Amino acid sequence: MKELTIISGKGGTGKTSVTAAFAFLAANRVVVDADVDAANLFLTLPHTTIQKENFLGGRLAEIDPVICTECGECLERCQFDAISTDFIVDAIACEGCGVCVHYCPMDAITFEQQTCGERFLSTTPNGPMVHAKLGIAQENSGMLVSQLRQQAREIAKENDIPMIIVDGPPGIGCPVIASITNADGVLIVTEPSMSGMHDMERVKRLADQMRVPAFLCINKADLNQEKADLMKEFARENNIKFAGEIPFDREVTASMNAGKSLVEFSQGPASKAVQNVWKNVTSYINDTMNRLI
Amino acid sequence: MIVTIASGKGGTGKTTVTVNLAACAPGAGVQVFDCDVEEPNSHIFLKPENCSKEPISTMVPEVDMDKCTLCKACEKICQFSAITTIAKKVMTFPEMCHSCRGCEMVCPENAITASSRVLGDLIQGTNSAGIPLTWGELRVGEAMSPPLIEKVKARINPKAISFVDGPPGTSCPAVAALRHSDFALLVAEPTPFGLNDLALTVEALKKLDVPMAIVINRDDGKSRVIDDYAAREGIEILARLPFTREAAAVCSKGLLLVDEIPEMRLRFTELFSTLMEKADKGGERK
Repeated sequence: MKELTIISGKGGTGKTSVTAAFAFLAANRVVVDADVDAANLFLTLPHTTIQKENFLGGRLAEIDPVICTECGECLERCQFDAISTDFIVDAIACEGCGVCVHYCPMDAITFEQQTCGERFLSTTPNGPMVHAKLGIAQENSGMLVSQLRQQAREIAKENDIPMIIVDGPPGIGCPVIASITNADGVLIVTEPSMSGMHDMERVKRLADQMRVPAFLCINKADLNQEKADLMKEFARENNIKFAGEIPFDREVTASMNAGKSLVEFSQGPASKAVQNVWKNVTSYINDTMNRLI
Repeated sequence: MIVTIASGKGGTGKTTVTVNLAACAPGAGVQVFDCDVEEPNSHIFLKPENCSKEPISTMVPEVDMDKCTLCKACEKICQFSAITTIAKKVMTFPEMCHSCRGCEMVCPENAITASSRVLGDLIQGTNSAGIPLTWGELRVGEAMSPPLIEKVKARINPKAISFVDGPPGTSCPAVAALRHSDFALLVAEPTPFGLNDLALTVEALKKLDVPMAIVINRDDGKSRVIDDYAAREGIEILARLPFTREAAAVCSKGLLLVDEIPEMRLRFTELFSTLMEKADKGGERK
């Protein structure tokens, strides 16, 4: 079984459109939407949700005003300025560390595990889709991503599915780390700009630290061909396998508007290009060693 | 006054709007704070000079095994599995630590002291037009961006006009950037993805009680999805920026639209004054 994660560093470079195309092109796969706080894959893959589950994240402190004597112990110990001077916990600032709970002399603080979102299992034409919706302004996105990937692996193992495709979040922080830990390869989807280059370089360093092989796809390459060529050179010099470039094509947005993956919707230049990227990526990832776990 | 530029979806043009708004109002005393610390890009466009760089750390525990009696009090209080006893040793996992200091407080032998983990850098500089920029750069491999975002925001002078360039998404980093803002300017692209993520951010802003308005970016003149949504929600659309290959090329080179395309300077200048008017009113309402 191989697991490919699509990341970008910079947001809006086309990760989800590429993932949706791959999910359509792969004959037998599990697809995961790991961009849990701005999930979009479900909008472009026709699916039927067959299972819903609450996602339990961290705990939240709540002070019972009836029991509280306003001694100030909690206020003094909280490192997150989460307790107001009238002893109300700011649910957004609370980190769920439990220090106030431990030190409250009146046991006036409850500390319940919170429902931070929902997890979904859906069916799509080429296999299952594992996705989620993190609650508004909720924490623990990394934990949720790890749970989704774990579920995808179990499904793949049970059903002998050879491929997991993960649509990753932008950035390089907690949910990105959770999305690429122990993956067999990452495809970096970037765009030919100074920002794209800057962000791609950082996300590549992260992939190196996590020892995950990196492949590169340049989206909207013709918007600045000179930059695109510089990126290809960067890839050559930095041990990134180049998987191809995709031209700017209005069919990409049109397919999104139609709620279909690009390759199903169009046979235009971007669609053809992404099919070529898929061909290269499958060959690269099948060349990687099998993980022992 | 703090105006945060946000979007939910990545790549809708938050940074483009932030830097061009700041650049079209010289003399207004605008300061820019790039809180997309995972992938900060404002500096590419504003080109600050004589930058100073300061490493930012967070507290993590260090255990003195000579004093430790293996009572496991630290392990019990830690909610993040960042400290644990294995055989006759206390192990810490600094990257899991949220710096709550619970272990340090609870240790009966005072065997735990505060050490530090580097989160990233705080960088400050001013460009040739006199615009000061402060930004955070998360260390590659570091998972937690909110504490660094807080440090960037701690440099905000509440009396000046501050533009905060926010991170994408709607979870902790985005919330850390948006909290305590006086106004939020949402940059949305008129696509199904853009609409979906805009709606998530609007819900977060309602929870945070921050007034807001929308800028439509890459307007194709056809799709009305954002207009319809904004009308339903009663959120005002302050400007529409068209998609042109010329604009895309300017941005890709790290240049400012207001410097390269005269029409864009007009649009941004107009947006700046409308925004200031709305933000002032929003501030009063609060």
